[in-house]
Amino acid sequence: MKIGAALCVLLLSVIAVHAAEIATADRKSGFEFMGRDTQAMQTDDTSNPGMLNVLDGGALWERPEGADKKACASCHGDASQRMKGVAARYPAFDATAGQVVDLGQRINLCRRDHQKAPELAYESRDLLALSAFVARQSRGQPIAIADDARSANALMQGRKLFNERMGQLNLSCAICHDDNWGQKLGGTSIPQGHPNGYPLYRLEWQAMGSLQRRLRNCMIGMRAEPFSYGSSEFIALELFLMQRAQGMAMESPAVRP
Amino acid sequence: MPFKVEGDAIQRSLTGQPGDPTEGRRIVISRQTGLCLLCHSGPFPDERFQGTLAPSLAGAGTRWTLGQLRLRLVDGRRLNPDTIMPSYYVLDGVVRVAPSFAAKTILNAAQIEDVVAFLSTLRD
Ligand code: HEC
Ligand code: HEC
Repeated sequence: MKIGAALCVLLLSVIAVHAAEIATADRKSGFEFMGRDTQAMQTDDTSNPGMLNVLDGGALWERPEGADKKACASCHGDASQRMKGVAARYPAFDATAGQVVDLGQRINLCRRDHQKAPELAYESRDLLALSAFVARQSRGQPIAIADDARSANALMQGRKLFNERMGQLNLSCAICHDDNWGQKLGGTSIPQGHPNGYPLYRLEWQAMGSLQRRLRNCMIGMRAEPFSYGSSEFIALELFLMQRAQGMAMESPAVRP
Repeated sequence: MPFKVEGDAIQRSLTGQPGDPTEGRRIVISRQTGLCLLCHSGPFPDERFQGTLAPSLAGAGTRWTLGQLRLRLVDGRRLNPDTIMPSYYVLDGVVRVAPSFAAKTILNAAQIEDVVAFLSTLRD
């Protein structure tokens, strides 16, 4: 009897922790929470403002840079072939860096090691353009985060951060994006919080922005101190979000309200 | 201000004075101060953007006494440890608060009393 009761409690607490995670079949891109006009803006390349950045990125891809006067294309060639599906695999463990890096950091590693060019800052025009250009080559490809033991700690940390309450309002990512997606926060529909469209053009920003910029916005809303750009916390959160969206189609450059 | 929880309520006004319901209404609908309508809806026909994460505030004054409303605002975790409603008048149990809000409660004692006074006017 006692054991039965204890088991019940155990089961209940397991359910309480996991019931909230979104079932694979119920996952929806942020795209599905937008109005028709914004959707049309994203799907038509001629009206998608993010495509301007992709064009800029394409030019940067071909441009020789740094002491070695090499372009990305010098090593990688035709991006439409060689970069297809790449953005869908990041963040990933990088052996040279000895840590999990996101796409922007991977681009900067190439600049440092192969082009002998200075790092591009987070949210700089050029890094967003190159990231958008690379990510564009994965449009429609399924997110495919590798099952890699070397990323396991970062993944665990990301999951923990996603579920942890923080900030003056004492909210967690999971409270909004697992438990209350589809509800209205003030006038705004709460999406499931998937990372499949980044970098993207946000109408509210009137600009392109990275996933980390979006996460900073959510943290500011929680009245929490945002993690800094490129921090291990943000990389871990990005990795967890991508893992959580495993198999969903990439949309970059997406448009969001 | 110290306060005393008795059962599911805080009987005494935090300021020793009754609050001002007009000011309370202003706080409740404000997106910067009260933030209530991020989650709640209520009898505010002019407010276009109301939340759906929490029960409507309509009738709150019929369902709850002043003391019950006061505890709900001060620290709802005492009533439901898993609540997503922020504790508006206690500092403990929060981490990584943005520097501009650190060591501050979301509302001050007078604002809590104003909101309590306003909620008690919300009758079905
Ligand atoms: C109080 C609710 C709330 C909390 C807490 C919150 N978010 Fe969000 N989040 C939103 C809303 C609302 C949007 C959509 C904003 C819009 O479209 O204007 C959003 C958007 C996002 C997006 C973009 C989705 C897309 O389709 O582009 C991501 C990713 C995201 N959130 C992740 C997070 C993470 C990670 C955390 C925790 C660090 C978090 N959010 C905390 C409400 C929240
Ligand atoms: C982040 C979400 C959130 C915010 C912000 C919020 N609440 Fe709540 N509130 C809730 C939830 C959810 C409940 C339901 C009970 C529970 O979960 O504790 C609730 C319950 C209540 C209740 C009891 C409702 C009833 O009659 O059953 C009152 C009254 C209330 N809130 C008032 C307020 C006021 C006033 C504010 C702003 C000063 C506010 N709330 C801000 C989420 C919120």
